[in-house]
Amino acid sequence: MLQLLQLIVSGAAIGCIYALIALGFVLIYKATETVNFAQGDLMMIAGFLGLTAMTVAGLPFWLAFLLTIVAMALLGMGTERLVLRPLLGQPAFTFVMMTIGLGYLARGLVTMIPYWGTETHSLPVPYKDEVIWFGGEGKGLVVSVEHLVIILATVVLVALLYLFFRYTRLGIAMQATSQNQLAAFYMGIPVRRVNMLIWGLSSAICGVAGLLLAPITFVHANMGFVGLKAFPAAVVGGFGSIPGALVGGLIIGIVESLAGFYLPEGFKDIAAYVVVLVMLVVKPNGLFGDNLTKKV
Amino acid sequence: MPDEPQPILQLNNVEASYGAVKAIRGVSLNVSPGSIVTVLGSNGAGKTTILKTISGILDPQKGSILFRNDKLEGRDPAWIVRQGLVHVPEGREIFPLLTVRENLLMGAYTRPVADRDAVAKDIEDVFAYFPILKERTHQPAGQLSGGQQQMLSISRALLAKPTMMLLDEPSLGLSPKLTTEIFEIIVRINRERGVTLLVVEQNAHIALKYADYGYVLEIGRIVMHDTCAALREKDDIKEFYLGVKEAGVREGRRWKKKKTWR
Ligand SMILES: Nc1ncnc2c1ncn2[C@@H]1O[C@H](COP(=O)(O)OP(=O)(O)OP(=O)(O)O)[C@@H](O)[C@H]1O
Ligand SMILES: [Mg+2]
Repeated sequence: MLQLLQLIVSGAAIGCIYALIALGFVLIYKATETVNFAQGDLMMIAGFLGLTAMTVAGLPFWLAFLLTIVAMALLGMGTERLVLRPLLGQPAFTFVMMTIGLGYLARGLVTMIPYWGTETHSLPVPYKDEVIWFGGEGKGLVVSVEHLVIILATVVLVALLYLFFRYTRLGIAMQATSQNQLAAFYMGIPVRRVNMLIWGLSSAICGVAGLLLAPITFVHANMGFVGLKAFPAAVVGGFGSIPGALVGGLIIGIVESLAGFYLPEGFKDIAAYVVVLVMLVVKPNGLFGDNLTKKV
Repeated sequence: MPDEPQPILQLNNVEASYGAVKAIRGVSLNVSPGSIVTVLGSNGAGKTTILKTISGILDPQKGSILFRNDKLEGRDPAWIVRQGLVHVPEGREIFPLLTVRENLLMGAYTRPVADRDAVAKDIEDVFAYFPILKERTHQPAGQLSGGQQQMLSISRALLAKPTMMLLDEPSLGLSPKLTTEIFEIIVRINRERGVTLLVVEQNAHIALKYADYGYVLEIGRIVMHDTCAALREKDDIKEFYLGVKEAGVREGRRWKKKKTWR
């Protein structure tokens, strides 16, 4: 029983990472009806930025964290403005190829940067290798602080995002723009700027995911491949909503964790895709898929 | 009423096209402040194109568009909304997953954030025109009926505090009874708020009944214009536009042009 709980908690922690990246996918998908396959690579860049801020610049963790998130938001907005906006009007396929290309480019460039290179780095977070015992030391549930931080940070971030989309004018305008772009133009909403901000937000969320994940997986050029598991999370959640991304991420994370322990070697890596296949057969629109078709 | 007061909106020889397809050719029209002007035309005549060109969604190839003292051509749609000219698009175009209230808030997007209290009050004011919307305040707009969505679309535009509204076929898909109701409220908005209206319609019956002045558009050209009272008496209008019995039902038909106008 304790074993099971243990697996669920660590699965949930990784699931939170999937959920955050999935959220990045969903935001951009809803705004532009295309998928940004460089999402995981954005996460990797955040890992390196955080690493550099802490080790090279010697900044404290919280400051490095904040600066990285700001830099990631700017990077997202800049990518939209300079690389993707000129593609406006092209078929979605062009756009997807462009993001895949950008991902390759990012992984390649990172290995050329002297300190970053092809090596694996460890992000020196203050809570590294600490654990907390629930229900008595040595016999209760042991949770690593790294996992706990991921879960708490995700809960806080998702709550903030929920409030943002629900109650702020910009948040509602982002939803409006992704539901009916033409109508947003008619209302005088600055659609292009809103889309750029969505890219910034999505990239910043990936930044958070990258910094939360870095203490566990280390920082390296291929760190972004977890994005491949976040994509199934988005699909399971219905590719459309914040709760969907969160639940989808948690399901994938937990199933993976359980499969890794109870099933033979190798099942862990395919668990995410098995879940997606089952989902697509049972409920093609995903758990939270909306049936209202989008206009425009 | 062409020459009398200084027009609030003036189109001069406006041409617009979609790629190689020329949709409107040399359209000129004037709208006097405080009036209701209608543009009648059948499917594909170019009515929507005229409105999109005015509201900055399309850029004209030629001609000028003057709203009060500002040139509108080449301007950004958001800028045009801020000047007080708002477009109620064809087919409602609401935000389906946002609630009724959130849709209305988006109508007020161009107003300063400091207007928050005024916007809340204005929402109550538009509910006075369409009480059914008040009951649905927190319901997703996609769940409203077509008629209710039209009401929402008009209300949303009102939230921008327009001095002039462009209405694209408000009767589209509505029953004759609801069409009359909507037009009566449109007239009230015009009288009570002094909002100038440019309404494009296929339903000539209703448009000529409520508007002051009318233009007839055929394949991208204005072929006739006069006061609505005078238009109602013209044989061509009677034959081609008022001859239809059922009102408000959209049909794929094109009016055959049997003789040249003018
Ligand atoms: N997006 C577009 N791309 C290409 N051609 C278009 C486009 N929109 C309209 N057209 C063409 O421009 C012409 C005028 O269209 P418009 O939509 O202005 O007509 P309308 O009078 O509003 O018709 P309806 O009553 O059916 O709404 C038509 O010939 C139409 O085929
Ligand atoms: Mg039209």
